[in-house]
Amino acid sequence: MNLTLLIWRQKDARDKGKMVKYQVSGISEHMSFLEMLDVLNEDLVNKNEEPVAFDHDCREGICGMCSLQINGEAHGPDRRITTCQLHMRTFKDGDTIYIEPFRSKAFPVIKDLIVDRTSFERIQQAGGFISVNTSGNTQDANGILIGKEEADMAMDSATCIGCGACVATCKNSSAMLFVSAKVSQYALLPQGRIEAKDRVKNMIHQMDLEGFGNCTNTGACEVECPKGISLENIARLNREFLKASVK
Amino acid sequence: MSGFSSSSVGRKVIMSLSGLFLITFLLVHLGVNLTLFGGPELFNSASHFMATNLVIQVMQYVLAAGFILHIIMGINLELKNRAARPVKYVKNNPAANSGWASRNMIYTGLLILLFIILHLKDFFVEIKFGEVTSDYDLVTQLFKNPIYVIIYVFAFILLGIHLSHGFQSAFTSIGARKPKYYSCVKNLGIAYSYLIALGFSIIAIYFYFA
Ligand code: HEM
Ligand code: SF4
Ligand code: FES
Repeated sequence: MNLTLLIWRQKDARDKGKMVKYQVSGISEHMSFLEMLDVLNEDLVNKNEEPVAFDHDCREGICGMCSLQINGEAHGPDRRITTCQLHMRTFKDGDTIYIEPFRSKAFPVIKDLIVDRTSFERIQQAGGFISVNTSGNTQDANGILIGKEEADMAMDSATCIGCGACVATCKNSSAMLFVSAKVSQYALLPQGRIEAKDRVKNMIHQMDLEGFGNCTNTGACEVECPKGISLENIARLNREFLKASVK
Repeated sequence: MSGFSSSSVGRKVIMSLSGLFLITFLLVHLGVNLTLFGGPELFNSASHFMATNLVIQVMQYVLAAGFILHIIMGINLELKNRAARPVKYVKNNPAANSGWASRNMIYTGLLILLFIILHLKDFFVEIKFGEVTSDYDLVTQLFKNPIYVIIYVFAFILLGIHLSHGFQSAFTSIGARKPKYYSCVKNLGIAYSYLIALGFSIIAIYFYFA
């Protein structure tokens, strides 16, 4: 396949940045999107040009590092996958592909397509934990009975990989889907109830401080989320917040 | 409470409750308008009741407050959300993942606001402070003006669009959303949006031709 790529290039955080056009050829339809970018970068290095900086790590859809807004959609046009799982057969020979970094005030660009997502970590640190007894009298894991339905829902919420596609895709740059998944995975389990009130308040407070926008329930996040985190989580977050506010 | 309304989720709860209150108000308003079909006597007495009943008089201030709250919060929300993405995408494909109504709430809302101002000037101010002898005549006369009817119908189509997203969104905002009953809420919202958009429009169109 031969493709035209329009890629956001930005030297560093202070640079203004712009879209730059590249041609790539000989792309196999079996390649992943990141492998296609590897081919481009090899070309650029051979020509003594600066390669395109992009985030990646596991390349199998579990770490959440790869990002990219591809043709105006987070992780590209396919559903329930990350960019590293996106195959080039999704595109046609001769296509033009726009590649941009995830955009949000809370995700500043570091270089080219790499954005700083540590705002997510600060939200997590604000309340995404539970108290565990480490005195040596640790309770048996099966000592607390948990209903199958709750356990399944908590596990579903816990599949969030913190990729930030929900923020990138949301017209409001809202982090509600991420925060709701993190709050839900604890709220649904007895171990998480102890700090439930402080957790939801503190995590939402941190989310607001970081500069993420307000959710207006457009539902774009659940469509683009590679892990299928649903809006039910956002409703649960709102319930938890209301419960914590009325005390 | 100040902590509550300074939080993004708290503001959304206020948005939702004011919206749900306005949704209830619209039903009452539609009910009163439907009495137009009963002739001048019925409508005038319904209108008189609305203008003199003590409970309704008090509710009028609550309604005004509800509108103001909803509008201020809505504009505030929109400004904050714009600021949250200082650099826009060169290529964006929002239609791939969300509905038009949900993405344009501020525009449908602001156009509804313009209509509300016009509406207050033509009806509310006239009836309250003008020399109106029959509210029925005032209303049916205005509906003889084709431009007015077109604006009126257009405004209610916009309101229907606003509500097609707003109704179910308001439930999610206060946490009332579970897979069990979500589709029921959503369908109810669509039915309600049609009822409001068609209900008000048909009355205006009927009296234009009557
Ligand atoms: C009778 C008139 C109106 C009704 C019944 C109504 C109803 C609603 C409802 C139910 C919501 C959803 C609330 C939520 O998701 O929590 C909403 C949202 C909204 N409304 Fe209105 N509204 C009306 C007028 C207006 C006006 C005049 C504006 C002008 C600024 C406006 C702007 C907005 C905005 C910006 C949103 C936020 C979008 C969102 O959160 O989904 N609305 N409205
Ligand atoms: S909720 Fe989905 S889109 Fe958002 S960070 Fe988690 S996995 Fe990514
Ligand atoms: S590189 Fe780990 S999820 Fe894509």
